[in-house]
Amino acid sequence: MLKYFIAGLFFGIILVKAEIISWWRIQEMFRCQSFHMYGVIGSAVAVGILSVWVIRKCKIRTLAGEPIVLSVRKFNKGQVFGGLLFGFGWAVTGACPGPLFAQIGAGFTVVSVTLLSAIAGTYVYGVVREKLPH
Amino acid sequence: MWNLFFVAGILAGGWVAVHVLGNPAPVKVDARLVLEMRGYGVQGFGDLMPAGLFNWGALATLKGWLLMVMGGFLVGFGTRYAGGCTSGHTIMGLSTLQWPSLVATTCFMAGGFVMANWLLPIILKL
Repeated sequence: MLKYFIAGLFFGIILVKAEIISWWRIQEMFRCQSFHMYGVIGSAVAVGILSVWVIRKCKIRTLAGEPIVLSVRKFNKGQVFGGLLFGFGWAVTGACPGPLFAQIGAGFTVVSVTLLSAIAGTYVYGVVREKLPH
Repeated sequence: MWNLFFVAGILAGGWVAVHVLGNPAPVKVDARLVLEMRGYGVQGFGDLMPAGLFNWGALATLKGWLLMVMGGFLVGFGTRYAGGCTSGHTIMGLSTLQWPSLVATTCFMAGGFVMANWLLPIILKL
């Protein structure tokens, strides 16, 4: 379990040091005022492509020794409607789910309310999902 | 269960990055953004987030409630509805060249552009 904690620790440090959790950087991204976030996301995708290739090539397993299975995405309307709602929330809070934890750790304790609200959002989705277009 | 240890790590990482590996220089913000935000009375450009908007006292105001409570709700609800977030769709989905993830990413960005440029200014003027 310590391994997962350490992986999270590194992720948290990177989120802060790369200013991915900065509300300002998110605002700049959505106003096309800086290249910063596009550079971060672009290089993350490049590293991802390389990592997936290495994982497949070398048949790398998880820390628990299980084979790594990459989920296959099927299109549904949730990716459009949910995606737009997520975008609204991202621009307001300056954070997606992972960075919420890093913002709290970085000293913005009030973000714990945002986090609880996000958890409430996932719960409410579970309740109303049958009534939503997919 | 492992994900709880992972997020606890992210939280600790946020603390370490600020208190152990802290950068004393203020965060640089684009001059156009500073000008726009000053117009709404937003301060705190040297920090990672504007503490004037995100603080415990502001939770009692409509503006603070919209930014923190509604914002968080949209992040959580939208993530599950879309079947993933910036890491699941944008980074992992695009890395594995899956077009539904490109649709989701495009919608994340479209939602963000609409909110940041048209809706957020209305909220910040409250």
